[in-house]
Amino acid sequence: MSEADGIMRLRQPISVTYNWSAGPNATSHLNGLLDGTLVGKRCPGCSLVYFPPRNGVCPKCARILGEDVVVGPRGTITTFCVVNVPFLGQKIKLPYVAAQILLDGADISMQHLIQECEATDVRIGMRVEPVWKDRSEWGPSLENITHFRPTGEPDRDMGVEAGAS
Amino acid sequence: MARRDVAIVATAQRPNEVGSTLTSVELILPVINDVITKVGIERQKIGFWCHGSCDYMSGQPFSFVAAVDAIGAWPPIVESHVEGDGALALYEAWVKIQTGECDVALVFSNGKTTSGPIDRILNLQADPYMVTPLWPGFDSLAALQARACLDAGVLSEADMAEVAARSYRDALNNPIAYAKENVTAEQLLARPYTTAPLRAHDCGVPVDGANAIILAAGDAARGLAGRPAWIRGIDHRIDTQRLGARSMVESSSAAIAAANAGAGDDRIDIAELHAPYTHQEILLRRAMNLGEGTHVNPSGGALVSNPAMAAGLARFAEAAESVFSGSADRVLAHCTSGPMLQQNLVCVMEGD
Repeated sequence: MSEADGIMRLRQPISVTYNWSAGPNATSHLNGLLDGTLVGKRCPGCSLVYFPPRNGVCPKCARILGEDVVVGPRGTITTFCVVNVPFLGQKIKLPYVAAQILLDGADISMQHLIQECEATDVRIGMRVEPVWKDRSEWGPSLENITHFRPTGEPDRDMGVEAGAS
Repeated sequence: MARRDVAIVATAQRPNEVGSTLTSVELILPVINDVITKVGIERQKIGFWCHGSCDYMSGQPFSFVAAVDAIGAWPPIVESHVEGDGALALYEAWVKIQTGECDVALVFSNGKTTSGPIDRILNLQADPYMVTPLWPGFDSLAALQARACLDAGVLSEADMAEVAARSYRDALNNPIAYAKENVTAEQLLARPYTTAPLRAHDCGVPVDGANAIILAAGDAARGLAGRPAWIRGIDHRIDTQRLGARSMVESSSAAIAAANAGAGDDRIDIAELHAPYTHQEILLRRAMNLGEGTHVNPSGGALVSNPAMAAGLARFAEAAESVFSGSADRVLAHCTSGPMLQQNLVCVMEGD
């Protein structure tokens, strides 16, 4: 038997390096995160404020977004999901809550974690605020915020009937 | 079912560049808005949107979904995406119009070719079992093909340099071409090999680009363009993915596609061939029987600006523009995909 006959598997590691561009429109958003400011963008067409500013365009109007708008930091839960299912790579203790949060002054919600309260207490309309990592760990990333927690303010009326599922 | 008359009625291309700092969506949005403005159509009248791009080029799975942001998809639209060149998306749109489901379609494509090592990334188009794991590099595969052609005596290095010199000189007249130079074949042959037997000028220059085209059927086309570029024939053929099982010195899929598209039925004034390598243009010309009377790649072609996944649709845009302007009556546009001219799409268009 030749040596080649014994080869059953070949490992061929390969890597590809990319130069990723945030683009001019997302840059002010990312720079804002470097100093703890939440910067969104306003569409010059429909005036909606996008946070994050997606790809720098308004998907409704097909226009490049315009002026920077500082939003939040507080916001309101528009919908949420209690996660009870373990999965590979899970970093957070079950159960936990993933919520859509509408930051004050923004017109689209963003997804983040809700912590520092029981999962059963989370509700639509609940007011929340961001909890930031230690400043020394900040980068141009929404990961600067570890999670959101309840502010204790009265709920905002989101037009959802109490008890509605 | 009778075939519907379909024409390209407008095109838009952004100037090709290297190292763009825009996102793909920011690259696309202006060309879409441009092409819509050119025909003055309301967005709601566009019955189908079709996009060609490659997620591996941005290194983000499902990054093509973000391109919908550039469309203005409200009220909801009908759209599709092809993981490939925009010319293949144009073919899908043409089929969609043939079904009668819409009369007007917008096709667009983008390639941020310089944000990653495109020679390595394009390996993912090769046979995933036998070729991709070896990561041979697209330039190397093309070099093997060129070597086979040289050994078989079907072309010479001087022939290849002649293709490059003509392309670089023609590009001087194309404001959106990236590489351009008043150069002779002799001068090019004095330059060093990069991947022997290929020299730098034998390989298309990777650039970042985006383009968009509007297709329309019958009366809709007549209402949108003074002189639409009517699609008389279009055909897409694929050679086997097994590189050792096909001839490297000819392109049988290109020959069949060209014959089915009707390329040989009458003279062709201009042929825009998507040949990312010089020897491939020669193989394509031969497969399609293009003679002296046909001006090949007056735009400079993909050799002088090769925005991967947009370079094929760019050929359609260039060919159609020559019909719009009246500088040509019968034109051919071609797109290739995969290693060594594996796939070939050929389209013949005419002005009224």
